[in-house]
Parts: sequence; C-alpha cells; structure tokens
Amino acid sequence: MTVNIGIKAEDETAAGKTIFVYEWPVRLWHWLNALSIVILAVTGYFIASPLPSLSGEASDHFLMGYIRFAHFTAAYIFAIGFLVRAYWALVGNHHARELFHLPVTSRKWWSEMLHELRWYFFLEKLPNKYMGHNPLAHLMMFLSVTLGGAFMIFTGFALYGEGAQEGHWSHTLFTSWLIPLFGQSQSVHSWHHLVAWGIVTFMIVHIYAALREEAMSRQTIISSMINGTRTFRD
Amino acid sequence: MATETFYEVMRRQGITRRSFMKFCSLTAASLGLGPTFAPKIAQAMETKQRTPVIWLHGLECTCCSESFIRSAHPLAKDVVLSMLSLDYDDTLMAAAGHQAEAVLDEIKKKYKGNYILAVEGNPPLNEDGMYCMHGGRPFVEILKEAAADAKAIISWGACASWGCVQAAKPNPTRATPVHKVITDKPIIKVPGCPPIAEVMTGVITYMLTFDRIPELDRQGRPKMFYGQRIHDKCYRRPHFDAGQFVEEWDDDAARKGFCLYKMGCKGPTTYNACSTMRWNGGVSFPIQSGHGCIGCSEEGFWDKGGFYNRVTNINQFGIESNADKIGGTIAATAGAAVVAHAAATALSKARSDNGNQAKSDQTKGGK
Ligand code: SF4
Ligand code: SF4
Repeated sequence: MTVNIGIKAEDETAAGKTIFVYEWPVRLWHWLNALSIVILAVTGYFIASPLPSLSGEASDHFLMGYIRFAHFTAAYIFAIGFLVRAYWALVGNHHARELFHLPVTSRKWWSEMLHELRWYFFLEKLPNKYMGHNPLAHLMMFLSVTLGGAFMIFTGFALYGEGAQEGHWSHTLFTSWLIPLFGQSQSVHSWHHLVAWGIVTFMIVHIYAALREEAMSRQTIISSMINGTRTFRD
Repeated sequence: MATETFYEVMRRQGITRRSFMKFCSLTAASLGLGPTFAPKIAQAMETKQRTPVIWLHGLECTCCSESFIRSAHPLAKDVVLSMLSLDYDDTLMAAAGHQAEAVLDEIKKKYKGNYILAVEGNPPLNEDGMYCMHGGRPFVEILKEAAADAKAIISWGACASWGCVQAAKPNPTRATPVHKVITDKPIIKVPGCPPIAEVMTGVITYMLTFDRIPELDRQGRPKMFYGQRIHDKCYRRPHFDAGQFVEEWDDDAARKGFCLYKMGCKGPTTYNACSTMRWNGGVSFPIQSGHGCIGCSEEGFWDKGGFYNRVTNINQFGIESNADKIGGTIAATAGAAVVAHAAATALSKARSDNGNQAKSDQTKGGK
C-alpha cells in the first residue's frame, strides 16, 4: 500500500484517465529544491575556485562574502525544504513517501527495474505505466536526492559550523563529530565536492529522463510536477 | 627534589620575584585567563610541589624542542626549562648514557603516577619497533614503560599527534601516533610542525600550575589554542571576503598582501594559533610572510594533496586528481551519454514510426 508500483487496476491507468499524484507541498518543494541546487552548485564552484581577483581597496568589495552568503542562504532553503519534505512524507499521500522508502524486498520492484533498464537500452518496445515513479527513477531519486541531499546537508553544515565556531548549533550538531570522523576539514571539503558533482550528474540525467519520458512514455511527466495530475495516454 | 615547589626551583635558578610575577601575568594572558588569575598562578607555583616531566624522543626531527627553547619570552623558557631539564629530556639534559637512564628509572619509581610524560616524535611499529632505538631498545617499549606510571601524556607536534611525514603513505616503518599505542592515559595533543613555542609553554604551564589538563576538543587538542582556524583570525581575511586574491607569486596582489587562498592556503581547514599568537615572539607567521598555510597541524597533512592547490588531490581513486576534476568528468560524461541516448532514441523512434504507421499516429495524437 505504501508504494504504488506497476500497473494497478486497469481503469486507473486507462487512456485519457487523469489521476492526482503530487500535492502542492511536494510540487513547491520540487521547484524550490531545484532552484536552491542550481544556486548551491554555481556558488559552491566559485567558493572553491574564486572568480578573478578584484583590485582596489578591500573595503570597496564584498564579492566572496556575497557568493558565500548566497551559498549559505540557498543551503538553508535546501535543508529546511528537506525537513519539511520529510514531514510531508509522513502526512502526505502515499506518493510523497516514495522519496524516503525503497521497496527493496519486493521482487516485483526489482524485476520492473530490470524492465525499465531494458527500456532505456532499447530492448523493450513499451515501458510500463506508473502513477508515481518507475522503479529506476525511484532508486535514482532515493540515492541522489535523499541520501545525497542528506550527505550534503550534514557535511555542508559541518563546514559552515567551522566558521560559526563553537557554541553555534551547526558546530554542536555537525562540526563537532563530523570533522573528527573524516580526520580533518580538508577531507570533508573533498567529499562535499564529490557528492555535489554526483547531484549535478543526477540533475542532467533527471532532466533528460523527464523530457524523454514526457515524449516517449505512456503518461505525462513534466506537467505532473506543475499541476500535480498525471494523465495516461494509452 | 621531592619537597621543592616550582617557585623554589625558579628562585634557585636565579629568577627574581619580580620576573616570576611577570611570568605569571604573561601565562595568565596567553592562556586567555583574566588578570585575577595571575596571583592564582603565582600562589599555585609557590605552594605546589614541582611536577616532574619526562620528555621522550621517538622518530622525529626535534623541531618541537627547537621551537620550545625559542619561546618568545625568555622568562617563560627559563621558568619552564627549569621545571623540565632537571628531570629527563635526552636532548636537553646534562646527563648521558647509563647515568641518564638511571635518572629515568628513578623518576618513574619516585613519582609513580605523578609525572607528566611529554612525547616528541612517534614509535615505528614495523620490525618490532627496530626503526627507532633508544638506549639499545625499541622506542615503543620505552614509551609504554614510561606511560604506564604517568599521570598524563603530552603529544608534542604533528609526529606524536598524527604521525606526520614519517607516517605519510606508504609509511614504511609504520610510524604510529602516540594515542594509537597508549590507550589508557589522558593524552593532550599539541599538533603543529612544530607547535608554536608559546603554545607549548602555555600548555605545560597550565598543567603544572593547575594540576589538571586543559579543556580539550574531540580530537584531544587544547581548545584555547586549537579552537579556531587560521582563516578565522587571519589578518588577510578582508581580502578573502572582498574577492581579492594572489593569482601568482610575483603579481601585484602578492605585493599588496592579498589573500593566498588561490595559492592553496590551508588556513580555512587548519586549526592552530598562528594567526593570533604568531611565531618568533609574535613577529610574523607564514601568511604574513607571503606564503599560504600548509596545514601542518592537521591530521595526515602530507597525504592530503599539494600545498599549492585549494581543491586538493585525492589519492583514493588511484590517480592524481581532485574532487572537481573527477566530478566534472563524471558530469560531462553523463552529459555526453544523455546526448548520445537522445540521438539513439530519436533514431529508434523514427525506425519504429516507419515500421508502424498506425502506432505513430496514436503517439502523436495522444496528449
Ligand atoms: S590567506 Fe589563507 S587564512 Fe588568510 S584569509 Fe586567505 S585563505 Fe584565509
Ligand atoms: S600557518 Fe599553518 S602551516 Fe604554518 S605553522 Fe601555522 S598551522 Fe602550520
């Protein structure tokens, strides 16, 4: 019941049939999250590899300061969004739970994952129909958004807490144990970068897959994340 | 020897009361304590019995001792040395050979459970510890014996604290930091290569006068000296925030003293007191002299990539590459794969459209 996989009752997925999938908090979160990830990726890159040096007096500029400010603000939006989204997984409909739940014990789920993979390798004529995520998308989403996002929040606030210093909640909650866990701060930086690139990679694949599914699959994809409904085409 | 107080030792060393009081104020200040603490330190030193210190040397370059004896305030050095050198430090003491080893045994017996063991360098464990011999025996044995009856242990420098260069990959002698060999005693890590002299005298004076170990962070370093990063108190920080960086060693920005971030400064990831206490009596510190911090007080700093890159190489991947190069390559590969896949999709769609006109109509017609 928690996860909706595969073709359910025929009438639910009949051609032209429209069902409601994504409630407004999920949709709002999706787009806010997308925006904050873009800001985080761009500013993060420029924090590690700053823009060309500015001349003049230091008091005339605050470029690095603004870039870091944008990074931290977007990080707060990302992190708070993550928490609210996690809450919504508890109180929202069953589609909202997919992000935090993998049906790893379901044999059907794995076999449909294989089917979906074969579809992407042009080995299947038709994909299955899904009301929520197909198993492959579901797995990617869980690895990148849920685990990757949590990792970025943890390491990100650990690095933030270094500057905020002892006594700040971010130092107490994250810096105090994460830095010793990795050994030192430099390694935390390196891992923060690696996983960030992982999320960027996910974004590329995600956008492509969404566009492609919109064109090729048997249900609407992109408009679903805007108006919340999914329409089946055949 | 047993009944002497710190104060008596100092007086015997020819230190005047006036100088003694100055030392107490200086120590209070460098420990970040208020002025009311100076008399408390004085009182402690006048009444407390001197705590003996055994100073052992393992696999090391002796830079910690070199730093220590150059403590800025000559008084601090004299005072602390007078507390130390009477006991055992094979580099500094007058005794040698069997006579010296006899002193070591005597302290261990006489002050059982009451002396402080200061370790400079670390024990190599490969070949039963034969890579570092001390009086004909492996250093690791001497270390374990001395540690058994010590009250607390001070790990001087990056070697004793983290392993430093002799423990860098592939670590042929298996040089091992003290806390991985001695696990049943309180250990105070004072990392750095070397640590700042005033930090060393500060830590040891604190322990001798207050009879307890300073407050430590999770990694065992005294918070008062290792609680902040170089970057947090760096005087070039305004240039960092402004976005003004040295791009090359001899550019105009370097002459103007802009931030060394792009030259690989490790200040943002290094916990130490250099930017506050500075070196050589507060004269300067590496960044002030125009070179970035190399992160000498951080764990495994030899293995964390180059001193001159900000995003450092990570060797776990078997290749010399940094996180951004690896990640960028993965993202670019994904981008290329997406394009190729899109082309393949278009191709296969066109093929199936030709083959099945009826189905094609349906696909186009469907919403
Ligand atoms: S020189 Fe180094 S420590 Fe100083 S502000 Fe720049 S990056 Fe930070
Ligand atoms: S500035 Fe950095 S590298 Fe230099 S002594 Fe201080 S901690 Fe070590």
